[in-house]
Amino acid sequence: MARVLSALIAGLVFGAGIAISGMINPAKVLNFFDFAGSWDPSLAFVMGGALIVTAAGYRFVLQQPKPLFDKTFHLPTKRDLDLPLLAGAAVFGTGWGIAGFCPGGSIPALGLGEISAVIFVAAMLAGIVLARLMRKAFAPQTSAGK
Amino acid sequence: MTVFTPITSLLGGALIGLAAVILMAMHGRIAGISGILSGLLPPTAADWAWRAAFIIGAIAAPALIVAVAGNTVIAFDSPVPAPWLVVGGVIVGVGIQFGSGCTSGHGVCGMARLSVRSIAATLTFMATTTITVFVIRHGLGGF
Repeated sequence: MARVLSALIAGLVFGAGIAISGMINPAKVLNFFDFAGSWDPSLAFVMGGALIVTAAGYRFVLQQPKPLFDKTFHLPTKRDLDLPLLAGAAVFGTGWGIAGFCPGGSIPALGLGEISAVIFVAAMLAGIVLARLMRKAFAPQTSAGK
Repeated sequence: MTVFTPITSLLGGALIGLAAVILMAMHGRIAGISGILSGLLPPTAADWAWRAAFIIGAIAAPALIVAVAGNTVIAFDSPVPAPWLVVGGVIVGVGIQFGSGCTSGHGVCGMARLSVRSIAATLTFMATTTITVFVIRHGLGGF
């Protein structure tokens, strides 16, 4: 119970941060990237605040022998810059620029009851499933795990 | 136009970071929304419970803020027509699955760990987002 409750609290803090920071607002997100037009630099402050706290917090937490509710820290082990990473990131950015929603912005926006968020999230989930099917089709012998 | 909000954006960003630190301290997990969501789609990950709890919390928080403080405190405006939300959503879904992350996973958690993969991914998607917004707004005269 404490396990699930702590994840719920982390989610609440995340959602509050997305809402307060302005990341929840597609118009604001799009304006951040519109250097040639109505530029709003706010999201640089979101990134700055998030990075400072995360870097400082991780420094302390990752020195501990293990997390409270798990046997080990689950950190990505890949090191190489491969094509799926860079092509996937390029594709993601294109979609972000079209819709103004990123995954972390869109999920809390559901809590505002915004239909645009519902449409975006449904399409995004379909895209995730589609990508998994593509991976299976391209590499039937290997696992699609990360 | 949207208003420049350095203070609330910095504060909100710090909360996003705090959430990432809590999740790492309690569950040893990266607070990446694409990774968390991915484990909730079939075939569902064995550890779906904490993932579902995190997502429920992330959705509930703005609803609670609106319930307590009123519906004018959180600015929201989606200028993008619905068909383009569908197009953008599918593209985002495909991209985050192949790219193993998004703004939260790569941009915050990975960059904070100085992961070379996350730094490269973040620079890449920031660049293509900028180009896309430029082309849509200044090339095609769109939203």
